[in-house]
Amino acid sequence: MSNAAIAEKRPSTLRGARLPKWSPWAIAAGSVAVAVAVGAGAGLTKVQWGLISGLLFLVATYGIAAKVEGRRQAKDRIVTGLVWVAFLVALVPLISLVWTTVVRGVKVLDIYFLSHSMGLVADSQPGGGIYHAIIGSVEQVGLATLIAAPIGVLTAIYLVEYGRGRLAQAVTFFVDVMTGVPSIVAGLFILSLMLIFDMQPFGFAGSMALAILMMPVVVRSTEEMLKLVPNELREASLALGVPKWRTILKVVLPTSIGGITTGIMLAIARIAGETAPVLLLVFGNRFINNNPFSGPQQSLPLYVYQQYAAGNDYAYDRAWAASLTLIAFVMILNLVARGIARWKAPKTGR
Amino acid sequence: MDTSTQITDASPPTPEPSTAEQKRNARGATRPGDRIFLGLSRGSGILLLVIMAAIAVFLTYRASLALSKNHGNFLTTFEWNTNITPPSFGIAVLAYGTVVSSIIAMVIAVPVAVAIALFLTHYAPRRLAGPIAYVVDLLAAVPSIVYGLWGALILVPHMNGLFGWLNDFFGWTGVFSWDQGAPRSLLTVGILLAIMILPIITNVSREVFRQAPQMIEEAALALGATRWEVIRMAVIPFGRSGVISASMLGLGRALGETMAVATVLSPDFLIHGSLLNPGGGTFAQNIASKFSEATEFGRDALIASGLVLFVITLLVNGAARMIIARRKEYSGANA
Repeated sequence: MSNAAIAEKRPSTLRGARLPKWSPWAIAAGSVAVAVAVGAGAGLTKVQWGLISGLLFLVATYGIAAKVEGRRQAKDRIVTGLVWVAFLVALVPLISLVWTTVVRGVKVLDIYFLSHSMGLVADSQPGGGIYHAIIGSVEQVGLATLIAAPIGVLTAIYLVEYGRGRLAQAVTFFVDVMTGVPSIVAGLFILSLMLIFDMQPFGFAGSMALAILMMPVVVRSTEEMLKLVPNELREASLALGVPKWRTILKVVLPTSIGGITTGIMLAIARIAGETAPVLLLVFGNRFINNNPFSGPQQSLPLYVYQQYAAGNDYAYDRAWAASLTLIAFVMILNLVARGIARWKAPKTGR
Repeated sequence: MDTSTQITDASPPTPEPSTAEQKRNARGATRPGDRIFLGLSRGSGILLLVIMAAIAVFLTYRASLALSKNHGNFLTTFEWNTNITPPSFGIAVLAYGTVVSSIIAMVIAVPVAVAIALFLTHYAPRRLAGPIAYVVDLLAAVPSIVYGLWGALILVPHMNGLFGWLNDFFGWTGVFSWDQGAPRSLLTVGILLAIMILPIITNVSREVFRQAPQMIEEAALALGATRWEVIRMAVIPFGRSGVISASMLGLGRALGETMAVATVLSPDFLIHGSLLNPGGGTFAQNIASKFSEATEFGRDALIASGLVLFVITLLVNGAARMIIARRKEYSGANA
């Protein structure tokens, strides 16, 4: 008798009752409507509206689903809701960050801004630009890359092609550890050397600290890429009697060059935004200094910090514009790097 | 046997060479080109070790110069006066601030990051998941100074509402009481750090969840498990160590973050009972803000505090590595 009743209630005995597909949307719309009504009535802020609607949504979903579909399904739905809410909440600050930087950055960002220094402009005045900072950044990051990229790639080659014993283990371990060295500690290390040799701040000192930060990143990404190179290629080359070093230079590296380039570019993007070591070692400069080996220089992230510290609206505008330039630089590097990675990916059938 | 013979005996990742001729080639000892190349690549590996050792040695040396003249207790003194004689400075406040702000960041960021990672691997519509993962990747590359600028000029004014609410409802605990000062406090720093480390933790966790064995998930689904039950029983147990290592990586960043803290926090040298009132400091922030006025002795003192930070991050990263030792591929060091 009861069987018949159930069969009558549910169209299929093999599936439990399910909420229709549109039900999450309906519940969401309902809870937002209630929250807006309550919020507007009680004079709450928009953030509170959002919180109330989120809570209402979760409670209503659980209640309705538990009633129709059972507790297990209700739990599933509430987790789905939570995951969506977490995602949407996390989007807010990240979108706000990008949006603010773009909107406030374009205010003073023009050719004049990119081609002038702060030499004749006080922080409290409008005008001025970031030419000196761009020069400094490019030189410091370029020199850091010249140091770190060869060392990083060679270390990765050692680890993948030669390394077996305890030395290789130690290098692997310390590369991992080095990845976690805070940028300010790398800066302090070079600073301690400068104190010992009684040197004044200059651009190349910053480059050395940046190189320390860059090396482990290059090693790790290059290592991954070299491991992707199929062993058959190495074997074929060695079987033809090609020496190992030529095998590496002519077979292994060309196969993985796309990935290695990508890794190096991502590493550049990472160190280009480092402020702390530059603050300690390069010091900052209002004027254009083209020589990274003598005298303080400016760099983009440091410029942002110093303009923020100046603390007036003109300086804030310049800080946002410089931030936008920096983000644009980093993003373009990232996009180009990923483009290269896709274009030159080793064909391993992965 | 010693290390060097082990290294020269190392064969390429090919089948064992059979003849003596091949063996000699594989050792890289016969041809000058091979010898030079092996020397170069091993040399750069050794250089990396030397740099790490040099960091420890030189920081310790300069720190010892400062510590020998310190009249306060380095661990318990609540002040940082390096320009007076006798100088007196201690890291108690900095250690407290660093730990507290990082804990706040982890408490907020880890659950949200895991949720987003699950969202991207198991919930989001396929067409949405790819681009979002891409954007999260890009966000991980946004320089910290930009987060700092945004935090100081946008986030701080927006914290007033939250702080007022916390004070109204939880002010009685003392931890969340607020004297209406500017919300440039450790809690704001923690929230900003959480936002900063979110993309990194999300990225690494997503990689781990994506590699959860499909067969087990499908088996669970076939047995009638809901999606949440699949995740709880098949995905999370598989990804736990990966998530822990991802969190440790995030923690490492949060501990050493300099500029975002320096721009947002208004520091002093007291430990406040409330997380909402401005004050306190972190190791990295203290170095950045005190550096410009520091004398040579002051710089040595800052190096001493940097050494402590260095040791802490080494321990955290070492622990992360131990946890993932069994699953090397998820180390995420290249994220």
